[in-house]
Amino acid sequence: MPGNDQRLEIAMGLMLRVGVTVAALVVLAGGVLYLSQSSRPIPDYSHFHGAPAAYEHVTAILAGALRIESKSLIQFGILLLIATPISRVLFGVVGFTVMKDRLYAAVSAIVLIVLLLSFFTRR
Amino acid sequence: MNILLFSLEICLTSILAGFLGALTGLGGGVVIVPVLCLLFKIDLHYAIGASLISVIATSSGAAAAYVREGYSNIRIGMFLEVATTLGALLGAYLVAKISADWIGIVFGVVLLYSAWASLHNAGVDPKRTRQDALATRLNLRGSYPVQGGKEDYTAEHVPAGFGIMFIAGMLSGLLGIGSGAVKVLAMDQVMKLPFKVSTTTSNFMIGVTAAASAGVYLSRGYILPELAMPVMLGVLAGSLAGSRVLVYAPVKTLRWVFATVIVALGGEMIFNGVTGRL
Repeated sequence: MPGNDQRLEIAMGLMLRVGVTVAALVVLAGGVLYLSQSSRPIPDYSHFHGAPAAYEHVTAILAGALRIESKSLIQFGILLLIATPISRVLFGVVGFTVMKDRLYAAVSAIVLIVLLLSFFTRR
Repeated sequence: MNILLFSLEICLTSILAGFLGALTGLGGGVVIVPVLCLLFKIDLHYAIGASLISVIATSSGAAAAYVREGYSNIRIGMFLEVATTLGALLGAYLVAKISADWIGIVFGVVLLYSAWASLHNAGVDPKRTRQDALATRLNLRGSYPVQGGKEDYTAEHVPAGFGIMFIAGMLSGLLGIGSGAVKVLAMDQVMKLPFKVSTTTSNFMIGVTAAASAGVYLSRGYILPELAMPVMLGVLAGSLAGSRVLVYAPVKTLRWVFATVIVALGGEMIFNGVTGRL
């Protein structure tokens, strides 16, 4: 049913736009805060040391964002951004299930599992 | 130079990259990584981390506009995302295993290919040759608007298309780019999908593909918030502006200008990689 397909796509597109807008606003707020607080010289970015642990793990980022720490707030916005396409796939699982398209409900579920795997791999 | 000025410079560069990336259809990621590395002397890992985030933002931001036109195909997109996300996981894993110099060389080659592809994608629909049983079973078909009605299409060479999509995903995870050029190659040239269907569906898939490597990037510390912030906001703003003026822009001239820039950056990435400077 192409009509339903189109509706599902439009809903997915709308969700993506909302997600990106919210994420960008959070990043912008964190960015303004970060720039208003920092007057130190630029850190050395030419060698790789890895981001501090506070910006690497979801729980640490959430804790920092709650304290309104500027860089944690930016990272929280980035988490929201990453969550946007993931929720689009989740939406696909639900949408195809409702449309009784078992094959594509399963395909969407596989994609969702791969996406979540990314968050459970460690160094 | 202080942090404010530094962030502003990165942001302005990112706006320009996003703007040109949208006008030429190549995306901002392919140009922002070499610029951050070569011009701003930022480590390659931080550069691809910031770029990957901007790729998610632009893909998701543009998708809503594409969907309404009715060209993109969610089933084909979702099916191929199985390949791209698996590839992206592998690519993101490989970043830590391969030296920055080698990644730079691969990046340079992809830049050169993207420049070549952007000048040769004439936008003509491929000739369809045969019915594909696998595509029919997987329901990889649809119809798209043409002048005076709708035209039906079915995908072809599904296994080959799936394989190339895996490579596209791997490059996306390894280089922090959308690798839209390779995705369109798989759909347009191999699976023989109509050009508009390939480009719009590919754009839809880029965000999901990039999200698959994002978790790995985050836990390995490739994403520095203070660098990702100006890059993401800049590329997003630039690409939104670019897609607005697309209809008025001298696209053909721009493609040549951008391709020249990309060839220069690609050459320099390869040179720096070969001489061990990355």
